[in-house]
Amino acid sequence: MRHLLSIEDLDRAAIEQIIDRATSFALVADRPIKKLPSLRGRLVINLFYEASTRTRSSFELAAKRLSADVLNLVATGSSVEKGESLRDTVATLSAYGPDAIVIRSPHAGAPGLLAGWTHAAVVNAGDGKHQHPTQALLDCYTLKNRLGSLEGCNIWIVGDLVHSRVARSCIQAFTRLGASVTVAGPPTLLPDEFAALGASVRHSLEDLREADVIYALRVQRERMEDSFGPSLREYTAHFQINARRLGSRQLLMHPGPVNRGIELTGEVIDSPQALITDQVAAGVVVRMAVLYEVLAGAPTAPGAPDNQSAALEPQTA
Amino acid sequence: MSTLVAAPRPPADLLLRGAHVIDPGTGIDGRHDVLVRGGEIAALGAAGSLEAPRATETVEAEGKHLFAAFVDPHVHLRTPGQEHKEDIETGTRAAAAGGYCAVVAMPNTDPVLDQAALLRGLLMVAQSDARVPVGFMAAISVGLRGEQLTEMSELRDAGAVGFTDDGRPVVSAGLLRQALRYQRLCGGVLALHEEDPALSGPGVMHEGTVSVELGLAGIPSISESTMIARDALIAEHEDGRVHFQHLSARSAVDALRSARARGAKVSGEVTPHHLLLTDEAVRTLDSSFKINPPLRTEKDRQALIDALRDGTIECIATDHAPHGRDEKNVPFEQAPMGTTGLESAFAVLYTDLVLPGVITLETLLERLTAGARLLELGRPSIAVGETANLCLIDLAAQWRIGEAGYESRSANCCFGGRDVNGRTLLTIAAGAVAYRERAFALSAA
Repeated sequence: MRHLLSIEDLDRAAIEQIIDRATSFALVADRPIKKLPSLRGRLVINLFYEASTRTRSSFELAAKRLSADVLNLVATGSSVEKGESLRDTVATLSAYGPDAIVIRSPHAGAPGLLAGWTHAAVVNAGDGKHQHPTQALLDCYTLKNRLGSLEGCNIWIVGDLVHSRVARSCIQAFTRLGASVTVAGPPTLLPDEFAALGASVRHSLEDLREADVIYALRVQRERMEDSFGPSLREYTAHFQINARRLGSRQLLMHPGPVNRGIELTGEVIDSPQALITDQVAAGVVVRMAVLYEVLAGAPTAPGAPDNQSAALEPQTA
Repeated sequence: MSTLVAAPRPPADLLLRGAHVIDPGTGIDGRHDVLVRGGEIAALGAAGSLEAPRATETVEAEGKHLFAAFVDPHVHLRTPGQEHKEDIETGTRAAAAGGYCAVVAMPNTDPVLDQAALLRGLLMVAQSDARVPVGFMAAISVGLRGEQLTEMSELRDAGAVGFTDDGRPVVSAGLLRQALRYQRLCGGVLALHEEDPALSGPGVMHEGTVSVELGLAGIPSISESTMIARDALIAEHEDGRVHFQHLSARSAVDALRSARARGAKVSGEVTPHHLLLTDEAVRTLDSSFKINPPLRTEKDRQALIDALRDGTIECIATDHAPHGRDEKNVPFEQAPMGTTGLESAFAVLYTDLVLPGVITLETLLERLTAGARLLELGRPSIAVGETANLCLIDLAAQWRIGEAGYESRSANCCFGGRDVNGRTLLTIAAGAVAYRERAFALSAA
């Protein structure tokens, strides 16, 4: 695997290979000395154009556990704020000779562009509302750990689907592993076209009891005010996962950070069915596996940028 | 009076020998010799029947096709203010290379073309820089802000072809109504970019399956069609004349068709990219395919082709919209909208619509020149006594778009890299040679 840009690029075997590797890294995580030498001397740059706590910190931790050097760059306080283009920032960072660049961007497709501009392996840590592949992989890992397999599993993804990159990646990953996915939310936040991603679409939680796993998405307050719904109050009345809606045999997931009292109530967050902290823990080992896969798994010779010749073309003829 | 202006060039003296001449306007279709003297079509004879007078170059055009050159009612020449994208010289050079003998430039420049003094200045620039005649549309509203009408009458007197706020819709029905009333005083077509900002919102591509899969904000078809329906009704009410720019959606075609059936004085144009591409192209997140109105679905594309064929959509416009490389070389959502098109239009349409038999060559030629009539400009015609507006095209020539760069200053062509048939060898615009393909010029020399 040269880059990780989208779940779309992974087949079932590739997903399972990452999960298996993450499982082997998890064994090390329980040892007193948690570090492995696999990526010693390699440089991983975390380039974050959006605020992020868990994704950025878990990528940092993952790289360090594999003994790589890590450089963290966030958009605020950097040359990005001075108006530098993504292209120029990447050219600058590439001059340091990174082996991998982990990028979080508010814009769909930014990681793919990067892959054409740099020799480094590119890992998508979230691009716009498009993809968040490592989140989906860690969710698969978490579920597989708990259930043994996702085959035949009924997973409901509930909430603001239209603005969720997590949902897009998760639908693709879960279905590739044999789960059947239902998405549920108000029509303003869940267009019918989601069916094209391989999920069945519902606009109510009436049949929520069919679910083996309930995956709640974060609701962004500002979006609610942005005419996507009348009020948060009305949203919670229809789509909040609370003790009344969560069955005792259903598992509960959430990509974090949780809005307590909005998409989830406190009692379900703290219930034994909640896998939310397992997901966070999985974040580190799965991201270790991803970094290992794109760096140690690949041939040792550094790759060429995917469209280097295009990049060197003069602007006009 | 509408004014088309080009830099003075020596009138052509040429004998084009043996080309297959087709002009749906005059009905001519067959092998002929065409003699151009002093920039006029002086004689038209059976192939091999005409002799070149002294000092007249002979162009052996056996196996090539000679058409009335094309007219594009909708291009962006980016002058003044954005000359890093295009200027009048490079834009009209691109036009000539594409077989065009006239183009009409949009007023969304910086500053906006909303004052007669600016228009007079631009006409002066065109007089020294334009390789083919250029006309200018003036803005409907001051600064394209949609609040106050420009001095339409003075702008017309200064030579404005018509009026448009292209790039933006005229959101206020009230303002559009006033412009239509004022049109009775000053004339000039109102060309409308139809989009309801309340529906298109932050959209960057067609709203549909692909936008949902990519997580990109969508622009629904109704953003365009509801405005066309509204504005056709307003035009009808005021007995005014409007032209709908760059139609993209089936529902927009339906709205235009029903307005025409009611007898409204409305017309429409369609671009090569809306005729040939769909939102599937956006899956790559390549910003070349970021265009407004957006590339829509296969159903929309088929409806546009049908409408072009049956004449509901009367003309093809490129909406040639150059952007600098650095401006387009960014994530899709950040990139500006638009594609260049003057140099590729004929070849892509010929290759993808005429060769497979979707439309006839005659229909394509007719639609590539009809923009002139819609904007009340003289339509190029192949007949003795007419000013020579001709393009000589080698339909058999295969080439790859962009392989040797572009005449345009910008390279953001959504058809870049496509293999096509049909290469312009020679363009004569307003009686003067405006373009010669390099290899052809050498072989002729």
